[in-house]
Amino acid sequence: MLEGRKAQFVDELMKQDSTKAQAEKEVNLCIERFIYYSGWCDKFQQLYSSVNPVASSHFNFSVPEPTGVVAAIAPQQDALLGLVSVIAPIIAGGNTCIVLASSTKPLCAVTFAEVLNSSDLPGGVVNILTGKVAELVPYFADHMDVNATVFCESDSAIQKMIKEKSALNVKRVVLYDKIKWADATGQSPYFIMDFQEIKTTWHPIENIGGAKAGY
Amino acid sequence: MIATKTIPDFSIPVHVDQVGIEERASRFTKRSIKNETKINGLLLALNMIDLTTLEGKDTAGKVKQLCYKAQHLHDSYPGLPTVAAICVYPSMVKTAKLALGDSGIKVASVATAFPSGQAPRDVKIRDTKFAVQNGADEVDMVISRGKFLEGEYNFVFDEIATIKEACGDARLKVILETGELVTYDKVRKASDIAMYAGADFIKTSTGKISPAATMPVTLVMLEAIRDFYYKTGKKIAMKPAGGISKAKLALHYLVMLNEVLGEDWMTNEWFRFGASSLANDILMQLMKQKTGVYQSANYFSID
Repeated sequence: MLEGRKAQFVDELMKQDSTKAQAEKEVNLCIERFIYYSGWCDKFQQLYSSVNPVASSHFNFSVPEPTGVVAAIAPQQDALLGLVSVIAPIIAGGNTCIVLASSTKPLCAVTFAEVLNSSDLPGGVVNILTGKVAELVPYFADHMDVNATVFCESDSAIQKMIKEKSALNVKRVVLYDKIKWADATGQSPYFIMDFQEIKTTWHPIENIGGAKAGY
Repeated sequence: MIATKTIPDFSIPVHVDQVGIEERASRFTKRSIKNETKINGLLLALNMIDLTTLEGKDTAGKVKQLCYKAQHLHDSYPGLPTVAAICVYPSMVKTAKLALGDSGIKVASVATAFPSGQAPRDVKIRDTKFAVQNGADEVDMVISRGKFLEGEYNFVFDEIATIKEACGDARLKVILETGELVTYDKVRKASDIAMYAGADFIKTSTGKISPAATMPVTLVMLEAIRDFYYKTGKKIAMKPAGGISKAKLALHYLVMLNEVLGEDWMTNEWFRFGASSLANDILMQLMKQKTGVYQSANYFSID
């Protein structure tokens, strides 16, 4: 879907102060990034799960599970790549998200919403808003129905406010203020794990110790 | 008492201005309500709720849980009112009565072969008496919609009068099931029949049929109550039920009530909401007003 509308995205990025070469590079990176994270969807669980040795008659295992609703304030500068790089790991991990697009460069975000709309992503999984960061941040941070907040700028006053308000219902606070999204370090399964919770199951089994031979 | 009233000829058709009613009903949703008034309105709406569970899968445990909820809506918000009543099936009345104790919350019981009403009259009378004997303070009966639509208005009238007699001291709510009556003309006629036959409340719906309560239908019924009051001097209460699950909509209903019937009706003696999920939405709005923070259903009790 993104691929099919490449020309439009390049055009829009150029209207938002990118050169043609930069714009093309950014759109290509976005497509690659989605492919990268879609590949991880059914694999990261295996990497981060474990079977734990326990002393009682239990089969004990830990698996990552999605946090829930993630409210993200997308990067202000990388209007498209930043948006994609924030959304992709959140939804790859099975969360839903509310994303505030770059307030100075919202054009691509709106077009991107159209792309999502015509893809097979279920309704309500990605919700893109446009607006001023300062106005909306407090609601992102203190809404009781939000389980994690992402902030991508280095404004320490807002960071502090997010942390304080998030304490209200113990939200996860994820700060991406030092990430270079265009680099290789801008993608990793650890971004998926930022929005996962490890759940451990104690499953009763027959007395292995008594049976000797094991399972 | 009924004999002293002049009972109108129900065979004469009544006409309700459909366009006018819908237009007027939509106006009530456009009032601006200030914060303080909103909070008072929400508290009032909460106090008017008939917390309802009418499922085939209801158990004594479920009813007890609901009764507990009725008395402890949200303990972290001190000074909250309780709901008006608990609405259950006749078999659960005893359980509910016991669980509510002296809390002042009433027990309402549906009766007369709820929700279809398709049963012989003696069964309906026994159903009603069973509920009342078990301690129901209020009885919610359904009218025979089939007979009504066939034009057997006398049958419907007699049925309501008979059930009223079987109720004794319990207040009688008459469910018209407006979703099955379809037109406003029929809703108006059914309202008139119910009121003249001795209803204490008229109620829109069972909650089992869609559409349930809507604002225009409720407006038609409120106007019927107003006209009945002017003619006979007797106040009748109103209960919209089903489909009212949001606090904002509840406030719209209160605006409508105030503008059609006035302040005399603005208590839970004269107006009720039949709802199960409305209470939690109101609580969430109240907490939002109190804390300034948007709320999540995760922090409120399950209903």
